[in-house]
Amino acid sequence: MRQQIVISGVGGQGVIFVTRLLAEAAIIKGFSVFTSETHGMAQRGGTVLSHLKVGSFSSPLIRPFKADGLLALKSESLAQHGSYLKSDAWAVVNCSNHVTPKIDWSVFTVDADNLAMKIKNPKSVNLVLLGYTMAVISESFENKFFCSIDDVKTVLENQLADKKEMLGASIEAIETGYYHRNSKLV
Amino acid sequence: MGKRKLMLGNEAIARGLMENGCVMATSYPGTPASEILSSFVSLQKEGSDSRHAQWAVNEKVAFEIAYAGSMTGLRSAVSMKQVGLNVASDPLMSAAYLGVKGGFLVVSADDPGPHSSQTEQDSRLMAMMAKIPVLDPDSPMQAKEMVAMAFELSETFEIPVMLRPTTRVCHARQDILLGDIQPCERKVDFQKDPARWAATPKFRFHLHQELEKKLKALSFYQKTAPIRLNVETTAQKAVIVSGVAAAHTQEIMKDLNIWDVIPLYQVLQPYPLHAEFISHLIDTYDKILVIEETTGVIEMQLADRHSVKGKLTNSVPMVGELLPEIIQKIVCEFAGVYTEKIDLPSEPGIRATLCAGCPHRASFFAIKKAAPKGIYTSDIGCYTLGLNLGAVDTVLCMGAAVSQAAGFYHAYKNEKKRPDIVATIGDSTFFHAGVPALIDAVVQKVRFVLVILDNRTTAMTGNQPTPASGLGAGGESLDSVDIKTLVEGCGVKFCKEGDPYNPEEFIPLVKEAVKYSREHGPAVVISRHPCLIDRLWKDRSEQPYIQVEVDDTCDGCAFCINHFECPALIFNEADENVSIDPILCSGCGVCIHVCPKKSIKEIG
Repeated sequence: MRQQIVISGVGGQGVIFVTRLLAEAAIIKGFSVFTSETHGMAQRGGTVLSHLKVGSFSSPLIRPFKADGLLALKSESLAQHGSYLKSDAWAVVNCSNHVTPKIDWSVFTVDADNLAMKIKNPKSVNLVLLGYTMAVISESFENKFFCSIDDVKTVLENQLADKKEMLGASIEAIETGYYHRNSKLV
Repeated sequence: MGKRKLMLGNEAIARGLMENGCVMATSYPGTPASEILSSFVSLQKEGSDSRHAQWAVNEKVAFEIAYAGSMTGLRSAVSMKQVGLNVASDPLMSAAYLGVKGGFLVVSADDPGPHSSQTEQDSRLMAMMAKIPVLDPDSPMQAKEMVAMAFELSETFEIPVMLRPTTRVCHARQDILLGDIQPCERKVDFQKDPARWAATPKFRFHLHQELEKKLKALSFYQKTAPIRLNVETTAQKAVIVSGVAAAHTQEIMKDLNIWDVIPLYQVLQPYPLHAEFISHLIDTYDKILVIEETTGVIEMQLADRHSVKGKLTNSVPMVGELLPEIIQKIVCEFAGVYTEKIDLPSEPGIRATLCAGCPHRASFFAIKKAAPKGIYTSDIGCYTLGLNLGAVDTVLCMGAAVSQAAGFYHAYKNEKKRPDIVATIGDSTFFHAGVPALIDAVVQKVRFVLVILDNRTTAMTGNQPTPASGLGAGGESLDSVDIKTLVEGCGVKFCKEGDPYNPEEFIPLVKEAVKYSREHGPAVVISRHPCLIDRLWKDRSEQPYIQVEVDDTCDGCAFCINHFECPALIFNEADENVSIDPILCSGCGVCIHVCPKKSIKEIG
């Protein structure tokens, strides 16, 4: 198993939180993991970029044209960080309209802002997008995502064991994204 | 078999300190080093024995406290960012001569890029200048291992040892095998030896001789010698790496299928570079490529320059972070391997901005109203982002807002028209380096206004306490220093407090200060409102949520966008008007006072 995923957004959206969640899920699956994060001044509403490398790697950074996937919490991210992607990579973008990809990437879009507002948890855009990603990627490709929604839920349960309310809200957000896709298919 | 745990590089360093019996840990917050001390505190809370961990008022003070711990025989460590080491350089240079008893680590985190710093300076050069050994980790895991190595080195040679991680080590996360946390069993035992601990210049000469002997021995010390990462070949070329460039280069050489072709050596201790390694390289290889961040510290120790390629031959960039794509290009050229073009197009990102509802924004708006044509000196912290509002003209280093304001005053004082000068400095930065400068300004009768942006925390680096908080690194109750009393103690005669969330009172207050300063000398305004993202204040806040809307009298003049720059104010190009983003809006209500047309109104 070797997967490289880029996660991007702006400061305050919870990019680091999602990255960490996925890294913990990788450990549950028994994989080695590396992440690289943006801290400090750039976190103040500026562009924030995380690299996640699952499997055997020595460097914490992803090189251009090497990433298997991109989670974009802002629609601008695809243009901004698309160069990290391989030609057959996937990208899941948070935006209200359809995005035409530059090359042959598989691009999926979802209005995660709107879904998060609907469940009255506007700060959960990151988890809604993650849930949606896990649904569409595992549905559309074989072995394209290193972990399942259940692995992520397990991580959340471990991390938020003593914060029941937050745990409930987080699970709701991730399921909202996950089943949004499924409800469309049905 | 230990447990594998996901750890931030800085957490791994803290874990290393705990596992190796470090009893005293001090720091001043600064990206990318801040999480070292906070992680140490968290780990300490899990354990049973009592160790001393603290945020100090600045890096120099932090250094001296931890160093005294080492003088008593305890293992101790001080951590900081690279520019913090500049502040602590005075004790560093001297401590190198005096040496240590208990193992003493100076963790100085560099920031190639730079991502969150004023400079790209290489702390390894500071180690070289101070004449102490420095270790250069490539990953969180190696950083933790090097803590053990560094303590051993420090005690073997009675010398301070520097650990130099970079941003990509500090802020990488990796699954790490945990070791046991060693209980602190050492006895505190300060042995008086004035000839050493209070050495006069004559003795310093001897200590310098001793230091040179230690360095010589260190360059033969096998445990920190460079390691060969791949197998023996008969190649005439070799690549030398250290720090995170080692991690990148390994992966790149494997991907390019030249792993078995070109020898790769990793330097663990860039200074002093091992003498036998230098001879081996020069004797064995025709061409040697050195990849390191950010200065050619290893490279410049390779005395025979005929075969060496690196920064000094322009083969490796002098400036900026050595991203893996840059290293790939360099290695390909060196190895004579083809590579496709791999540059990332530089798409402009979204610029950083003060949070919606940040009290600093309200302070800056008031300052611009009170002294519209002033010179605005500022300092290091979130409020550097006052740049976006045109309310910050200068940022040099910690504390310089005050001294530069004085410099501008002295430069202009004989002119017919003197500009108003308004300096802004954060509460933590004021304590760190602003106080001596303010004393100087009082003595020199500098006519300027100092606005202390007191948000009750060290915000930029993750909300660490300040001396005014009355809280320790672990949240324990401590004594506090009142800023107003301190300012008045410096001799300032005009010192008033205000809340920037009340522009109707706060703007006149700054105007009053400006007027006072024109005739009398320094005037200080303490702009007091807690940081919105500080958890400590979030729950206690009594601030009402003021829901605002923009009514249809908005003519799209964009005054609020240009002069207040709140991310919750959205300019709609199509309708040529402004609206409020309800997700981002914090309900501070300050923008009601900003709109010149009175189009922003409170709802209900």
